[in-house]
Order: sequence, then C-alpha cells, then structure tokens
Amino acid sequence: MTLLNTTNVVKRFGGLVAVNKMTFSVDEGRIVSIIGPNGAGKTTFFNSLTGIYKPEEGQITFKGQSLIGLRPDQVAATGIARTFQNIRLFGSMTVIENILVGMHIQLKQGGLDTIFRTRKFNQEENDAEQRAKDLMEYVGLKNVGNELARNLPYGGQRRIEIARALAANPTLLLLDEPTAGMNPNESEDAIKLFRRIRDDKGITILMIEHDMRVVMGISEHISVMDYGEKIAEGSPAEIRSNQRVIEAYLGRGAAVAHEQKA
Amino acid sequence: MNTLFGNFFKKANTGFWPVLIALAFLLIGTFSVYQSPRSLAAFLILMSTPLILYFMKMNMKVKVFIGLMLIVIILPVLGIRNIFYLEVIFQMAVFAALALGLNIVIGMAGLLDLGYVAFYAVGAYSWAIFGSKQLSLLYSVPGAAPADAPFALDPRWFWLFLFLGVGLAAITGILLGLPVLRLKGDYLAIVTLGFGEVIRVLALNLDKPINLTNGPQGITPIQRPPLPPESILQFFRDILEPFVGHVPTDAEFYNVFFYFLALIIIAIAILVATRLEDSRIGRAWTAIREDETAAIAMGIPLVKMKLAAFAAGASFAGAMGALYAANRTFVSPETFSFLQSIGVLTMVILGGLGSIPGVIFGAAAVVLLNIQILQNFSLYLSELRQSDAVIPIINFAWKDLSNQLDPAKYQKLVFGLILILMMIFRPSGLIPAERRKRELVEEKE
Ligand SMILES: Nc1ncnc2c1ncn2[C@@H]1O[C@H](COP(=O)(O)OP(=O)(O)O)[C@@H](O)[C@H]1O
Ligand SMILES: [Mg+2]
Repeated sequence: MTLLNTTNVVKRFGGLVAVNKMTFSVDEGRIVSIIGPNGAGKTTFFNSLTGIYKPEEGQITFKGQSLIGLRPDQVAATGIARTFQNIRLFGSMTVIENILVGMHIQLKQGGLDTIFRTRKFNQEENDAEQRAKDLMEYVGLKNVGNELARNLPYGGQRRIEIARALAANPTLLLLDEPTAGMNPNESEDAIKLFRRIRDDKGITILMIEHDMRVVMGISEHISVMDYGEKIAEGSPAEIRSNQRVIEAYLGRGAAVAHEQKA
Repeated sequence: MNTLFGNFFKKANTGFWPVLIALAFLLIGTFSVYQSPRSLAAFLILMSTPLILYFMKMNMKVKVFIGLMLIVIILPVLGIRNIFYLEVIFQMAVFAALALGLNIVIGMAGLLDLGYVAFYAVGAYSWAIFGSKQLSLLYSVPGAAPADAPFALDPRWFWLFLFLGVGLAAITGILLGLPVLRLKGDYLAIVTLGFGEVIRVLALNLDKPINLTNGPQGITPIQRPPLPPESILQFFRDILEPFVGHVPTDAEFYNVFFYFLALIIIAIAILVATRLEDSRIGRAWTAIREDETAAIAMGIPLVKMKLAAFAAGASFAGAMGALYAANRTFVSPETFSFLQSIGVLTMVILGGLGSIPGVIFGAAAVVLLNIQILQNFSLYLSELRQSDAVIPIINFAWKDLSNQLDPAKYQKLVFGLILILMMIFRPSGLIPAERRKRELVEEKE
C-alpha cells in the first residue's frame, strides 16, 4: 500500500529549480533510498515533504491525507520523523532530554499538570523517561544518558538523532545521509540498525544516502535524482546498470569509458 | 591559587564542617548586624549564609532549618531595628522574580527581550489605577485633583489584583509576542526594546484625553492591603519589643508584611520556574533555543511555545508589579525605563543565563551592588571630600574631587561593565545552568 505519494512537486529558489516535477511514492513497510550527486535536490525534496519549504507546485499525500500547507510541526504530528544531513541536536541538553523532546507530540501534560505535578504528570514523565532509556539502548547508546549531546562523538550523535526521531513513534522515518562520515564498521552497524527499525517496529524508511555499499545493501527500491529531477528508479540491480545513472554520477565521458570496458 | 582554594573547599565540605560554617556565618552575621546595624560588612556576612546553604553539602532538613531561621526570625527582627535591610531584601526578591521571569524568555526559550520591564509596568499600573483615587479623577487635569476624591476600591481588592496583574501581564506578553514571533535575534531585541518604550510612553501620556495614568507625575497614593488584625499585631509587638528596643510601629510592620509577601511570591516563582523547566514545556523551550528547525521537526509548534514563554515570563513581572505599586504607594513612568530592563538583563547574565539559582543570585548581587555598595562608596567619597585628607604622592586634596564623581550615579557604567566582563570571562554566568541528571541503570557487562 502506498504510504507517501508526491506528484509533480516543484521547489524553486529564485531562478534555480531545486526540485523539478518530482513524482514519487513509497510503499508501506519498505526501505527506500534516494540517491544522486551533490546539489541534486535531495535534501530540498525532504524539506518540501516535511513542510520546512513550501513547494510551489504539486501534491504530497501521506496516508491518503494532503500535507500541502501544513507546518513542519503538523507534518511531524501526522507521523513523519526525520534526521538531518548536518546533525541537528539540542547540544546543551542531555542525551535523554534530546530523546524526550522527540516525544513532544505524544506527551499530553499541560501547563497546570506541570506546575502542580499531578499524578498524570509524574506517571507520564516516568514512562517517558523509561522509554527514552529503552530507545538509547535500542540504538546502542550506553551510559551516556546524562551527557550533553554536544559532548558525544560523531557516531554517538547520529545515534541520538535516530533515537530522537524514533521517540516520536513515526510511521515514516526520513534519514538524510545517515552514514555520512562513518567508517565501514560504523556503516555496517547502521545498516543493521535500520533493518531492525523496519523489521521490529514496522517503520517505513526513506533515506538519502551517498555510500553505495549502504544503498545497495539495504534498499529495496531506489530513486535517482539529478538537477532536481528523478532520472531513474528501480531495484538496486536495475539502478546499478542504468545508463543515465552512471552518466549522472561519473560524467558522460567516464560513462562511455565504463561501457567500453564492460 | 585556585586549586589551593578548591582543596580547602573540598575539605571544608565534608562531615559536620558545612553545618558549623553555616551556623558560624549565621550567628556572627546576626550578632554583628545587631551590634552595628549600619555596617555593610556585617550585612554581607549574614547574607552569605544562604550561599553557604546552597553550595555546601549538608542534610536537607538542616539546610531548611537554618534557612527558615534566617528568613522567618532573624531578618524580620533585624529589619525592624534597621528598616533598610528589609528594603534591600524586598528589592532583591522583586528583582529575583523579574530575573526568573526574564530567564524563561531569554535563558530557556532564547528570545532576547529588551522590553521586559513593560510587563512589570502593566502589573504595577493595574493596581495603581484601581487601588488609588485615579478612577475618580479620570476627568480632572493632572495635579488639579480635588482632595476629597474617594478611593475606587476597598484595599482588600489588592489580593485579587495580584492575580489580575499576573493575568494582564501574561496577556500583554502574548500581544507583544504575536507580531514579533517571526523575528529572531537582534531584530527581536530591537522590537521588544521599542515595545518596552511604548508602554512607558503610554503611561507618560495617558493623562489625556482621560486621565488614566496621571502622566509623568505618576499615581499616588496607592492603597496597601490591610495588616493582620490588631490582636495579632499586639502579640508580635509584645514579643518583638525586647529584641528591637522599641515598640514596633505600623510602618515597620508593613515593611515586614511586604517582605513576607515578596518572599511568598518569589517562592512561588521559583517553584513554577523549576517545574516548568523540567517538563515537556521547558524542554520544548530549550529545544527552540538550541535549534528551531530541529525543534519544529520534532512537532513543537513554535508560535504556541514562544507565546507561552512570553506569557509565563511576563506573568512573574505582573505579580511583582502589583506588589511594588502597593509597597511604594506610588508609581510613575520613570520606574519602567529601558535602563530597568537592562538591569534585569544584567542580573540574568551575571547569574547565569538559563540557571534558576544563578539568576536569583544575580538579582541579589546587583541589588546589593546598586543600593548598598555603590551608595556606601558614594558616602565614603563625600566624607573624604569633607575631610582635609590628601592623596599622598600626587598631592591631590580630596576636597577638590569633583561632585560629578558620585559612584551611585554610575549605575549604567556598572551594568555595562558587568555585561562586558561577563561576556569575556564567564559567558555562562557565576552559577552556570546545569541540566538535571537522571538516574541511569548502569549496564551490566
Ligand atoms: N535555502 C536555499 N536557498 C537557495 N538555494 C538552495 C537552498 N537550499 C538548497 N539550495 C540549492 O538547491 C540545490 C539542491 O540542494 P540540496 O537539496 O541541498 O541538494 P542535495 O541534498 O541533493 O545535495 C543546490 O543547488 C543548492 O545550492
Ligand atoms: Mg543534501
């Protein structure tokens, strides 16, 4: 079943068409990737999905409901959580607090509950804290709950971002270059984590990824963007042998050379 | 030097030492203030006790006991002997509440508000207008008021206005918030600065067409809530007389009364601020401060949460405004100048942006600096001026020192210096903010 569907989405920055007529869909329960050279418009497409940018044209539906015109917080409330290409944590909050912020939508405590510390409040906070600790363990963060997020090493920060996104109990998880800057071992762990997230929690994953080993290793479906447009899509095997993709990545001359060698 | 002191502190901070030190400061301070009610040093010793209680390790019950001794018994008694101390502490409490409120807006939510004192004005003027004769003077020219004009309300309405002041200030906070929410950083600072001035100018000019605020002359007299019944006062007069050396007057009781009221409000303010900080709301504010884009992507509605921060911050100022109006029985636009906003900002930054104990300490320190240390210094200089003393080597007679050099007038300079020095040497303040540590189950491996 289609979970996310976009038709002819266009996002311009002045004269630059960063996303051009993107028609794209993600089926429920899949792990899907978007690849493409730097500046292809992948992140801009994510930002258009999540309401950070308002696309000039096109339709976006999620679970059959239109996302056009919703603010980012409203989009988040429909069940889309995300991470960012350049990690965006709440640096001077602790790791646990970062994850608790991810639960903002689910927590129901109001101002009066907070000031009077009602039973409801205490119960909810205890449960939330427990869930946050479970999530830390789930993504492989050990004994760092009280550390400030900015003090963790890069790999740890990536994990916090994922735990924070999972804290929202999303239906769809958007990951923007989640393994950028990781060494092969770390990427390997990350792939395992993404698989587990989909398999145990049934969360659909849409990711932008540069590392071809990660993309080919995990994706069930790949879309390729170049100059704002979708130039190809298909299974990893199909993408690997697609002429236009090779051109986009390696340049036309190299693509020809590649062909001759083959 | 630093480590020497650190080691010493570590040693002193174990076993029964902290209790002994706290008691020593409490007793020596009490005794010396009692002996020489005008000595600044004596007062400083006494006022170090709360700091010792805060920083040193001791049983919670002991801390509370010593703290209550100081607040409930010692300070009021000493304060009746020398009213000035109650005034100092009253001001500390007023400004601590303002600092706590501003800390929600700036420290937690990261919204630089330079017009904060406007909310204080709203609270103060709401009781000033209804708690004075002003409502009967709406159609008379300022200054030409008939002497027999009646008060509009019974003074007991003050209690209601304490809450109304909170509500009105919160609403004003939201009204200010709505148009400026799109602005960030410097732009927000400038607009809020303008807003603060607008409120002051309104107070200054709303004496026509109808005379709501009595213009630059301000409103007076403003009623005070009635003191407890005579029987209770008599009881305290009898108890206190031997300690203070005279029968306490009603004016002195009023000082104690406002001192306690201010303390109750500050206690509530601390409670509310701490509880808000450690909750979904407080975390959302901090998340917005740290990274708006990430915060909104986590489902935090920016507009709603920023308005909530403005409203919550403003409400603290509203309560203290109403209290201030009743305490002084006089308000005028001058009290709510831009410098006052900067003063509160100085307290927040000096103490530690985002740090609740920090901003309280900052407020206490700045008030002390302002109304005691600088004043004392001025006094000292003017004494020197009247003496025949000469600075030796350069042969400068103190007599010739210009009258312009009056440290008490250098408030702005001092605020500015504090802000600059803090930014350079201790940007996170004297008592930096700390995140709450939660209990973690250690991994068994
Ligand atoms: N906020 C913005 N304003 C102007 N141009 C932008 C903005 N964001 C992205 N772009 C431009 O849009 C194009 C696509 O960028 P981006 O989506 O970040 O690419 P990718 O994520 O595929 O590397 C780039 O040319 C980039 O410079
Ligand atoms: Mg990108």
